[in-house]
Amino acid sequence: MSEPVKELTTKERMAIPRHEMPRQEPMERRKNFFEVALGYSAEQARQEAERCLQCKKPSCIEGCPVEVRIPEFIMALRGGDMPGAVRALKDKNNLPAICGRVCPQETQCEINCVLAKKGKPVAIGRLERYVADWELGQGVTPPALPPPTGKKVAVVGAGPAGLTCAADLARIGHKVTLFEALHAPGGVLMYGIPEFRLPKAIVHAEVNYVKSLGVELRLNAVVGKIFTVDELLNERGYDAIFLGTGAGLPMFMNIPGENYNGVYSANEFLTRVNLMKGYLFPEWDTPVKVGKKVAVVGAGNVAMDSARCALRLGTIRALEEGSESPEVHIVYRRSREEMPARAEEVENAEAEGVILDLLTNPVEIYGKEGWVSGMRCIRMELGEPDASGRRRPVPIPGSEFDMDVDTVIMALGTQPNPMVFTASGGLERTRHGTVVADEDTGKTTKSRVWAGGDIVTGAATVISAMGAGKRAAADIDRFLRGE
Amino acid sequence: MYEILEKEVFSAVTKLIVVSAPDVAHKAQAGQFVVVRVVDEGERIPLTIADFDREQGTITMVFQEVGKSTIHLGTLQPGDSLASMTGPLGRPTEIENYGTVICVGGGVGIAPMYPIARELRAAGNHVISIIGARTRDLLFWEDKMGAVSDELIVCTDDGSYKRKALVTEPLKELLEGRNDVSRIWAIGPAIMMKFCCLTTKSFGVPTIVSLNSIMVDGTGMCGACRVEVGGKTKFVCVDGPEFDGHEVDWDLLLSRQRIYLPEEKLAREKFLAGHHDCMKK
Repeated sequence: MSEPVKELTTKERMAIPRHEMPRQEPMERRKNFFEVALGYSAEQARQEAERCLQCKKPSCIEGCPVEVRIPEFIMALRGGDMPGAVRALKDKNNLPAICGRVCPQETQCEINCVLAKKGKPVAIGRLERYVADWELGQGVTPPALPPPTGKKVAVVGAGPAGLTCAADLARIGHKVTLFEALHAPGGVLMYGIPEFRLPKAIVHAEVNYVKSLGVELRLNAVVGKIFTVDELLNERGYDAIFLGTGAGLPMFMNIPGENYNGVYSANEFLTRVNLMKGYLFPEWDTPVKVGKKVAVVGAGNVAMDSARCALRLGTIRALEEGSESPEVHIVYRRSREEMPARAEEVENAEAEGVILDLLTNPVEIYGKEGWVSGMRCIRMELGEPDASGRRRPVPIPGSEFDMDVDTVIMALGTQPNPMVFTASGGLERTRHGTVVADEDTGKTTKSRVWAGGDIVTGAATVISAMGAGKRAAADIDRFLRGE
Repeated sequence: MYEILEKEVFSAVTKLIVVSAPDVAHKAQAGQFVVVRVVDEGERIPLTIADFDREQGTITMVFQEVGKSTIHLGTLQPGDSLASMTGPLGRPTEIENYGTVICVGGGVGIAPMYPIARELRAAGNHVISIIGARTRDLLFWEDKMGAVSDELIVCTDDGSYKRKALVTEPLKELLEGRNDVSRIWAIGPAIMMKFCCLTTKSFGVPTIVSLNSIMVDGTGMCGACRVEVGGKTKFVCVDGPEFDGHEVDWDLLLSRQRIYLPEEKLAREKFLAGHHDCMKK
């Protein structure tokens, strides 16, 4: 028998240092696609959980878009009640193993932690991951479901917003069909975020949980083509529709030379690597090419993911061929401070050897026999703040120079795919191509249609999409119950 | 899902399959394509729709075995299933009564030409079709094309069947001989479409081509299929696959089709080495 656990004082709790996450070493991990962050051990998780002060008014919850009852799951974890921790976590979050890995906790729950005021916040994300992984290791039991309500909802897009909306509606007893355009569910979790940040087995496991709630998944179904929104509402008998099709259209710079072989959109590059498992070619059939010197244009999380994938592909090939390791550059027109990527992702990329070329903007891509042979760039300086509040980058006249690159990946952001809007009259959109929807409810201008995630906000985060899916599910339920 | 119901072998490398896909068939129109995965580890490959039957719920595709995926597809038999099929994708052919039209189908391009010619005829056009292939073995559907055309010209590059000519030769003669042709469709290998467009350009007859670039998702997400038409970048999957052939940058298309040649060769050789037995089927 273990000794009874002695309650720590607040002072003692605050004296416990935040536990770092064990990770693969940078020079080792650039040679493989295995997960970088290795997860807490049981002891590390328990000690980290001891740091939580169990605030009476927990401000961490306010920072969470899906309002996970953070102190409650941490308390259960601390007391060794793992099933209780799982229940508290999953009551609000259907995809905790995913969120524990890809949420920007540092700007959401953890920034609100009282410990953050004087030192380092409780590692809420890492604890979430620990609890979720524990459950996946045990085998997930679906919750008991209420009797069917007889209402049918079509959820379009099986990404973070759609999965969350579908799961919440199914848990209330509504019949949900989840339509996905690709051959695998998960959306950006599958095609965008690389295996080394979010193993696809984790995505499969959490999607299986959503299916276990009774959600019917229809893959290879491009809404707008195979069925239109109006057909789903009027001919196929759905009482309501949630659109969560994301922001899937790539943007290019519209500079000369962008169509040479060797120029990828980040979407294409990442889809080949992640969804199609291009890093396993030729065991898997889809090839992907990286050269000896790669430029990734842009500095968001997608740019970091692209750079780190390119670095791994190039390093693995160099090891096989006995040739020199590749050079991978991030080319960004503003400075480090304005980079939209999570600081942690930038650190990870730099530690692995990605080179940052800041205040640099491409103006032309050169080609030779159809292939990229170089990129002309211009140096930038920061001027007055623009509409986004960030200082506007201004070219420095005469500062053009050539980069000797053979692969260019454009990671400049994405827009919603207009395909879903075929035969969906009455659905208002902004000039950016996003859908107009109420922020609190997801309600669009079209009757019986809700929307959430990147299709409404433009490219944002997994968790903000999940929050939108959750709020829409609640409003759809109110509508279906006739309130 | 996506079970192969029928298979026809036109030649050692040209095969037809009829696949069960009721929802795709319900919406399919002439000129559109589907994206197919043969196996779970497979590529997503675009195949143009050769025919569809809304009542039977089937999609017909004709493909030529070129790379690993199409060779593998060719080994499947009725009763086998595809890993996935997505569609119908792309914009359908703009069918109208244009008057007199010419439909040129080269090689495996005869297959997608067939439903287009059929719909054009049904819309009241006088349809003149030209079908051709490198050699007799690679020619198919002469009867079907004949049934939906007012006139049919058949040729082979090597003269092994009917007229010995490239499809551009009868095309040029037709345009020289009559001035009532208001529109032309040309579908086949990129090089054939390029030369058809060069032929028709001086006659000023609008010529529609169906481009076959490399794709991944087929829904506008990746941009792998981008081409330049009239100096502007277009995505074949959502802006096409049909474009004004006189405006297409053919050299760019041909260059982009060759991006993965070494990888395609490697994958093909690996597959053939590993699947020698089932290739005998």
